[in-house]
Amino acid sequence: MKRTLLLLALAVLLAGGGPGCKPPAGKEIKIGLITPLSGDVKTFGESVKNAFEIAVEEANAKGGVAGKMITPVIVDDRNDPTEASNAANLLINQHGVKAIVGSVTSKTTIPVSDIAQRYRIPTITPTATNPKVTVADGKRKDYVFRACYTDSFQGTVMAKFAREKLSAQTAAVLYDASNDYSKGIAEVFRDAFAVRGGKVTAYESYGKDDVDFSAVITKVKVSKPDVLFLPDYYNKVGLIAKQVKEKGMEGRLIGPDGWDSPELVKVAGEAIEGGYFSNHYSPEDTRPEVVNWVNKYREKFGQTPDALGTLTYDATKMMLEAIRMGNSDDPGKIRDALGSLKGFEGVTGKFTMDANGDPIKSAVIIQIRDGKQRFLQVVNP
Amino acid sequence: MEYFAQQVINGLQLGFVYALIALGYTMVYGIVRLINFAHGDVFMVGAFIGLYTIERLQFPLPVVFLSAIIGCTILAVLIEQLAYRPLRHAPKIASLITAIGVSLFLEYFTSLRQVFGPNFYSFPRPFTVVGWEVRGIQVTNIQLVILAVTLVCLLMLQFIVYRTKMGRAMRAVSYDYVTAGLMGVNVNMVISFTFGVGAALAGVGGVLYGIAYPQVNTFMGFMPGLKAFTAAVLGGIGNIPGAVLGALIMGQSETMVSAYLSSTYRDGIAFVILILVLLWKPTGILGTRRSEKV
Repeated sequence: MKRTLLLLALAVLLAGGGPGCKPPAGKEIKIGLITPLSGDVKTFGESVKNAFEIAVEEANAKGGVAGKMITPVIVDDRNDPTEASNAANLLINQHGVKAIVGSVTSKTTIPVSDIAQRYRIPTITPTATNPKVTVADGKRKDYVFRACYTDSFQGTVMAKFAREKLSAQTAAVLYDASNDYSKGIAEVFRDAFAVRGGKVTAYESYGKDDVDFSAVITKVKVSKPDVLFLPDYYNKVGLIAKQVKEKGMEGRLIGPDGWDSPELVKVAGEAIEGGYFSNHYSPEDTRPEVVNWVNKYREKFGQTPDALGTLTYDATKMMLEAIRMGNSDDPGKIRDALGSLKGFEGVTGKFTMDANGDPIKSAVIIQIRDGKQRFLQVVNP
Repeated sequence: MEYFAQQVINGLQLGFVYALIALGYTMVYGIVRLINFAHGDVFMVGAFIGLYTIERLQFPLPVVFLSAIIGCTILAVLIEQLAYRPLRHAPKIASLITAIGVSLFLEYFTSLRQVFGPNFYSFPRPFTVVGWEVRGIQVTNIQLVILAVTLVCLLMLQFIVYRTKMGRAMRAVSYDYVTAGLMGVNVNMVISFTFGVGAALAGVGGVLYGIAYPQVNTFMGFMPGLKAFTAAVLGGIGNIPGAVLGALIMGQSETMVSAYLSSTYRDGIAFVILILVLLWKPTGILGTRRSEKV
């Protein structure tokens, strides 16, 4: 904690201290990207960066937007809220960006959204699903938008899926008490599962640095739940799944979009086999937008784009579209244009922004079979 | 009852790993009265050596342990000679700050891309995991390996400290290093040796930790290090059986709080126990003011 404070103080000095560091307005529009390129969710950060670059390159190949070329500025936040705040200050005060795409996880995006709102810089997060990103204490942060659905939608989708498709009578939930994303989805799932007549037999938390889950798993195992809901990112889920298997616990593992990484199967191996999770898109979808996008990404990076990258592509394109609509890099105009988007055709579906800057769109359910992600079905809001 | 027994086993697994780290803290403290905060990071390096020797070099398990022991010993002896020895006669606080510095250095230096890198790596299992159910209690071969390796380490440590010349020198230095030096004991050598033995145990602990919780990163040493240090203080810092006892108590209390209350209170209650014990017995459970300290 002390370490973090020290770094923060240093960052404030560096970022805010330099007088008059605003660059002159030129023939370019700078757009910042905040993404975790290292740390516990680095596969998220890498695909986000790849997708962002594709979207910017495409725009520049067409001669830029609103008569100006787009200059990307990319900063790593290591999936650390403090680092993310530093990154936002750096982008706004040093680089003078006109718009920000990012960050990726909810815990880093919440501080970023506060800073962006304070400086009135239009910001769109591709992937942060926690409600607090766009609304804080009942107050809408009107410069902040997102390209993904929110946790309440996601938690409800999985509760409904567990009850109706898996015919689960009982469910257990294990979540990270220090993570906004994890905690948020856990609460929604618990309530939504109970409302639909299911019984939540265990609702247990763990800490951010925990690696030994044997005690909680043993405790959860006693109630023999039909499904175990694990709302967390792939690294933690992998560790938990492995220990669930070793403790001989039955019951289907299900989770949210944080599972979407090839690393999950690498860490968990067989233990995650047969698990289901909700996601934003599936590369196996046959809509032409999806096929085009998957081919484009594969050609450039030699791998299949994950949902995070795909959402980033959509988010960046929406931001560029908003600049084009207002024909200006004026933050207020970009904000108004983003807020008024209706029926924008993205790879992950059609976007219409609601009053909170959250898009109304569908989810997909994916199953892990033979170590691969398999598309199961689309769930509409 | 089965539930209780299962939780006891879960707690033992955790406790034994803490014990291997706690021993390093307690031995170094016993000899030079220094809380070696870099110890948790030596443990981390041990885990990474395990990762590389298993994944890239595909060594058999005993050689993996041996590599981690050798690597960590060299690292700890280097740390001692470069960072702590020049400050041996400086005020205690200088050494303590240096130890924190070394800890941060190791964490951030190894997180550079050119060293281990800043990411989470999955740790390959060197053997297939087999589980048995004995009267409703789940036991895995991982737990048996942890148990066996830890016991062997403890026996070897006991042998070194009480049955060898070096062990006698260690006990002498611990008791009074000025007099021991006057009696012809090579104090510097003994201190280096102690750091080395502590680090060897941490190296073994690192590999076991990687096998049990198959994911490593360069900051992984911080929490186990803190818990093991707490265990050493709880048992009476400077006292070898005390460190093991303290670690087992920590393991059990953490598990039992998760099992019967809520895992949210786990760390809080573990530290409340520490504070209560220290109020009742400031030197720790087995610590005496001037006992045999190694």
